[in-house]
Amino acid sequence: MACTICGPKFSLCALVLSVWGIIQLTLMGVFYQIGAVALLEDLPMEEGGHHSITDFIAQVEDGYTQNAHNCWIAALLYVITLVVSGHQFWMNNRASVSM
Amino acid sequence: MGAMFRSEEMVLCQMFVQPEAAYVSMYELGEAGIAQFRDLNPHVNDFQRRYVSEVRRCSEMERKLRWVSAELPEPPPPPKPSPRILSPREINILEERIDYIESEIHEITKNAQNLKTDYLSLIELKILIEKTQTFFQDHSAHRKISASVQVYNNEGALGHLGFIAGVVATPRVASFERMLWRISHGNIFFKQAQIEEPLKDPITGHELQKTVFVVFFHGEQIKFRVKKVCTGFQATLYPCPATYKDQQDMLAGVGTRIKDLEIVLEQTENHRRLVLANIARDINTWMVAVRKEKAIYHTLNMFSMDIIKKCLIAECWVPRSDLPLLQRALDDGVKTSGSPIPSIIHQVPTQEIPPTFNRTNKFTRGFQNLIDSYGIASYREVNPALYTIITFPFLFAVMFGDMGHGLIMTAFAAIIIILEKRLAKQKTDNEIWNIFFGGRYIILLMGLFSMYTGLIYNDVFSKSLNIFGSSWRNVYDNATLMKHKMFDLDPAVAYTQTPYPFGLDPAWQFASNNIIFLNSFKMKLSIIFGVIHMAFGVTLSVVNFKFFKKPQMIFLQYLPQILFLLLLFWYLCILMFLKWILYSTVATDPVYGSACAPSVLITFINMMLFKDSEVRPPCDAFMYDGQKAIQRTFLAIPFLCIPVMLCGKPVYQILVKRRQSQSVEGGEVEKMEEDGIGEVMITQAIHTIEYVLGAVSHTASYLRLWALSLAHAQLSAVLWQRLLRMGLGGGSPVMAIPLFFLFAVWAFFTLAILVLMEGLSAFLHTLRLHWVEFMSKFYEGQGYAFLPFSFSVILENDDEDVKEKPNGGPPQ
Repeated sequence: MACTICGPKFSLCALVLSVWGIIQLTLMGVFYQIGAVALLEDLPMEEGGHHSITDFIAQVEDGYTQNAHNCWIAALLYVITLVVSGHQFWMNNRASVSM
Repeated sequence: MGAMFRSEEMVLCQMFVQPEAAYVSMYELGEAGIAQFRDLNPHVNDFQRRYVSEVRRCSEMERKLRWVSAELPEPPPPPKPSPRILSPREINILEERIDYIESEIHEITKNAQNLKTDYLSLIELKILIEKTQTFFQDHSAHRKISASVQVYNNEGALGHLGFIAGVVATPRVASFERMLWRISHGNIFFKQAQIEEPLKDPITGHELQKTVFVVFFHGEQIKFRVKKVCTGFQATLYPCPATYKDQQDMLAGVGTRIKDLEIVLEQTENHRRLVLANIARDINTWMVAVRKEKAIYHTLNMFSMDIIKKCLIAECWVPRSDLPLLQRALDDGVKTSGSPIPSIIHQVPTQEIPPTFNRTNKFTRGFQNLIDSYGIASYREVNPALYTIITFPFLFAVMFGDMGHGLIMTAFAAIIIILEKRLAKQKTDNEIWNIFFGGRYIILLMGLFSMYTGLIYNDVFSKSLNIFGSSWRNVYDNATLMKHKMFDLDPAVAYTQTPYPFGLDPAWQFASNNIIFLNSFKMKLSIIFGVIHMAFGVTLSVVNFKFFKKPQMIFLQYLPQILFLLLLFWYLCILMFLKWILYSTVATDPVYGSACAPSVLITFINMMLFKDSEVRPPCDAFMYDGQKAIQRTFLAIPFLCIPVMLCGKPVYQILVKRRQSQSVEGGEVEKMEEDGIGEVMITQAIHTIEYVLGAVSHTASYLRLWALSLAHAQLSAVLWQRLLRMGLGGGSPVMAIPLFFLFAVWAFFTLAILVLMEGLSAFLHTLRLHWVEFMSKFYEGQGYAFLPFSFSVILENDDEDVKEKPNGGPPQ
């Protein structure tokens, strides 16, 4: 079959990874959006470059929004992998059934 | 009720069965799987038993069926359920049918082989002619040979050059050529050409590399010798015409014959496939029937005949609760056979130790296996598997505590359990998968408990959840915050004095003394769990003493043991609780201020060594009034317990014996008793030393709960910081692409290292805590397992046997 690129095992792996990725990255995006303190350590910070508290807060808030967007974009990329691997998995299954 | 608490009560039964009824009864018992038969003729050779011919007949049928199933192109469908027993007539029909099928397939295979051999030689001939044509015509230098050969062949004696053409295996060519050269003293001409496409061996189906050769020689003598060499090297010789025209004619003839043969071969193959497809539908059903039949006769062979040879006598172990089933099976046998004499069951009182049988279901089986792999419980002793169902996942989770990892584990186990029925059908010999599948309920519980402890530790992939709002607050103003990177939070001011409602406060995730705080907390926790676990184990021995009617042991062994453990190590735990409750930063009395909180461990060591701790001015040497006196008492009582543990049992036995010998009569028995007492003393000394040292070392051993938990938390934190954080650098949306890939890598390592490897290591440590620290307190494990005569077990084992040694060659 021309449409199958990867085997049944690989497609299953990719499927599971995509589901996991979508769930976790979406949730992480939400947590970044609401500014969860637990994720503060992961924000990009310039060392000692803050002149005032407002500066600092602005930078942190900016980091939170950017990371939230990045997480959501990555989750979207996983949606694509989910579709592709799901299709592959389905094709593989059908192929093995028809045999 | 209470089936898990201890193993079932077993009864030794004697059965008197009519031979006609025995077969049906055995079939029913095999289906039910409730009776373990004892071999009543252990000294009789296998070949001298009563039902040898039947067993042999079944083995023969089984062998034939195996051979046939090996011939099948694809695995046959699983057997159909056959609720009914096969009558002797049906067995005979089945046997005939199997015989017929076997010979038919044998015939077809043989025919096909013959045809293939013919086909091979024809193909070889065709290639040979094609190649020799080039030998004869290739080069002008060879024209002469060709010419003279033609002369020789056509005109008889005119020329003296002859030739032989044939095919020989390629690996032999070199030595073949050398041999030819030797025997002819170099007076021959040898031409060879390798056949490019490999041919197929008609019997084995292996590929054959062959080479076409032509030998030119001079004279009859050499021709004779060459032929001999050819036979020696197993070369196939073919008649090959010398003239081009003849060769062309022959080639055409061979071509048509090959085509004909191909058609015939195809038809044979189709026929064979058809026959096999017909058989494939039923073969496994037959196989099951034959195996059951064989198992029945095998069991019947264990029975003994009574003197007048009218009925069979069998002995078997049966769980008492299954006696009605046994009775019904026997009655059914009698009813079916129509015999007027009923079968009789008779319970035999015996001194023998019965087998241990724990009735399990799919949920408890995994846990029972964990216990049984340490040692089968002695008959009717307390079964630790019941408690393991909760303690095992819990202790595992203490080491594995993380919401995220627990969730992955739960999801994995849940999927297996949801698809349980479908997965159970497809049997694999993948050992790792079978282990996971067998322990699916253990894994599920371990996952659920890990999620719970993960919540307590407040760890989700090493990140904390701030659900209820932290109880710590910022006490610094903006100007101070701008100046420093690290701040001290004084719990007197920065802590709101109401603890975080559930689990660990999320503020600790950012604390630089996070590990120090967690270590102290988890170490104390593991000691507390350990002492409770061990005290529970010691207490379970009371149940055994009561059940086995040894009430004296409660005072001679249990009480000193539990006092030793509780007064020393539970007191250590009490000190921990006291420290947690009494001392506080906001205490009004400076004696109970946090600066005065004593180190529990040092207090405990001082207690053991009779030392006084140093006193710093505002603080007190002791945590409460009268501590010194209580500690002295708590130390004295356990030490007094040791001699009780050591001498209690032997002294008691001496006293009992003396009373007996007084009432009966003393005398020469005395000497033998001395020996017995010596032995008892030694075992008791070993037990006492083991327990006393064990109480110390086992308590310390529970610290592995803390150590593994720490390692797990740190590993998952490192993985997040080193890997996933790289992808969370913010910036433009393009950064989502590295995040996409880094997440995959992070997920892989989370699964491979944190869930699989760490999970395995935590599992093994939990297993050790149960086997060594918990079960050594009460478990004997001297029993032997109950192995009932059951078709399902036999069929499963047979499958494994087949896999181990694939069936031998075809029948001769």
